[in-house]
Amino acid sequence: MATVIGIWIAAFLTLAIFSFLYGDNPVYKAVEHLYIGVSAAFWFLYLWSFTVYPNLVVGIRQHGWLGKDLLLIPTVLGLLMLFRLVPRYGWWSRYPMAFAIGLGAGLAITGVLQGLLFPQLQATILNPLTSVNNFLLVLGVLTSLLYFYFSREHTGVMGWIARIGIYFIMVAFGATFGYTVMARVSLLIGRVGFLLSDWLHLM
Amino acid sequence: MTARRIVYTLVFLAVAVPLLLGIRARVKPSPPVKAAYEAIEALPESSLVLIGIDFGPSTMPEMNPMYEALLEHLFRRNLRVAVLSLQSALDLPNGIQVLEKVARRFGKRYGVDYANLGYKPGLEAVIVSLGQEIRDIFPEDAQGHPLDSLPMFRGVHNYNDIALVIDLASGGTYGSWIQFAQARFGVKLLVGVTAVMGPETYPYLQSRQLVGMLAGLKGAAEYETLIQRPGLASRGMPAQAVVHLLIILFILYGNWGFWKQWRR
Amino acid sequence: MKRTGPFVLSVVIGLWILVAFFVKPLRGAQQTLLLWYTIVGAFALVVGLINLIQSHLRNLQRGQNVPYSLILLFGFFGTLAVGIYAFFQGNAFDPYSPLMWVYGYVLAPLQSTMFSLLAFFLASAAFRAFRIRNMEALLLLLAAVIVMLGRIPWTEHTFAGITEWIMAIPNLAAQRGIQIGVALGAIGMALRILFGLERPYLR
Repeated sequence: MATVIGIWIAAFLTLAIFSFLYGDNPVYKAVEHLYIGVSAAFWFLYLWSFTVYPNLVVGIRQHGWLGKDLLLIPTVLGLLMLFRLVPRYGWWSRYPMAFAIGLGAGLAITGVLQGLLFPQLQATILNPLTSVNNFLLVLGVLTSLLYFYFSREHTGVMGWIARIGIYFIMVAFGATFGYTVMARVSLLIGRVGFLLSDWLHLM
Repeated sequence: MTARRIVYTLVFLAVAVPLLLGIRARVKPSPPVKAAYEAIEALPESSLVLIGIDFGPSTMPEMNPMYEALLEHLFRRNLRVAVLSLQSALDLPNGIQVLEKVARRFGKRYGVDYANLGYKPGLEAVIVSLGQEIRDIFPEDAQGHPLDSLPMFRGVHNYNDIALVIDLASGGTYGSWIQFAQARFGVKLLVGVTAVMGPETYPYLQSRQLVGMLAGLKGAAEYETLIQRPGLASRGMPAQAVVHLLIILFILYGNWGFWKQWRR
Repeated sequence: MKRTGPFVLSVVIGLWILVAFFVKPLRGAQQTLLLWYTIVGAFALVVGLINLIQSHLRNLQRGQNVPYSLILLFGFFGTLAVGIYAFFQGNAFDPYSPLMWVYGYVLAPLQSTMFSLLAFFLASAAFRAFRIRNMEALLLLLAAVIVMLGRIPWTEHTFAGITEWIMAIPNLAAQRGIQIGVALGAIGMALRILFGLERPYLR
């Protein structure tokens, strides 16, 4: 029974969203607001039950505020974050922000160097003269990197490099567009499939 | 009726009609998908495969079919499967339902052949921890059974004991797996991503940081072909094809008008 | 206190992560920092959620957009109530809990239908905006059309070869160029933060 009701609700919501294609309308707007409210509640529940409760509440219960992992500190930092909501004392939230940004910066340097930059550069050091494809690969990586990386005016030799770079980039964007069409159509197939099979049993 | 509405109606029909008619079509597996298939074929029987369920409802129609096809293959080969989720706890319930469905079909037993480690926040922290000792970060599974009480985790400590990691990602999690598991610990990594993300993964295939890649519903359909079990994805392919052809027609038609105008 | 404190904090944390990458004994502390990061991150999201709810409560007070704000708040508090009920019943995030019913029949259809709308917009864009005005546009379009033909049954036998070439050579080259550019940018930004040249947390 709950399933049948659920399917009807889901079908109504699906059609309400699709109604936007006819034009912006109150039904769509209402459902859009419902979506925001429901997802906000889910975030709330899940932050509590997967982050705050297991890591903080259980941790403090087991090891105390100053035991393993010094949980007093993230608690204070977290509470300072809430000062964002009070304009006068908002600057206190700079401490948790600085903590998060500093940590992110440290992680970015190590992760990107080891996981992205070195292996990707290494994989590009092919002999460009062994085949046309290797030549194109090396040329494409260098020119598109230079196109993005140098804010110098694109004239003379730089102009040529930038030109070649943009051609490579356009081909990549075209391919990405093709793949994006593929992705969105798949989602639509999923939704239409739901309406035709789960709801109307036509499939 | 405006041109826009005609376009929308045609797109809708292009999806609905092939689905209603139940047209079937065969697809041709592409090299990254074949590589994924072969990577799984090459795993020794009963080794442990870790699957990251990192996609939510917004991409489920694309991602669920590849997940099912991969599970089918893994269970057929008698590999053991542990799932976990690092992007959002809300990704997991669907992942568990699919896992249980496929496991039931094969008569697989929980804790022996498959397990659910649950969701853990702190993406990079979790990935790095798994390189040291899995029990540090997952002392128990999602239902609260201690890991030591589940036979499939006997002798499993870190990435050395995990034959393959598969990340099914609709976002950046696969990048963290590359940076913090593949690069740091040399983990064998395979990804299934949404079609939108497909093109950006090619550099990692060539640098051999990924052993294979499935992109979108088409990737799933290709995998279904390889394991010879056409399912959800294969059923969607004719509709996919008709919409692609329609959009190409739109592009041509738009340019034809543009061309005529330009000549005048 | 307002400026120097956060700066020192971000530098200490960032350097800690960097050093811990090379010095094994510090790894344990690194795990603790990452745990704190997760907790602080949860509080940051809570700030966002409180903000959202506050602004809609304010709408009610002022009498602006009342019906829509009401629906949003109904979605939020309704889901929260179901969630709290489900917590007392057992595991709220168990696949068969009442909370997950809301997830499966309300949130999931809303979200996936929202994304599937893009299929229609892409089709309309293809009809209206894709004009071959220059070489760049031609390359983009050719790549898009070939990839769309190379990834569907019926036409892929003709186009799969060239599609795979596009993906594995020019697409790969440009994607790599862009990703290396982004990586260099990220490292540069991280270094600027650690040297205090950039202080986003002061905002």
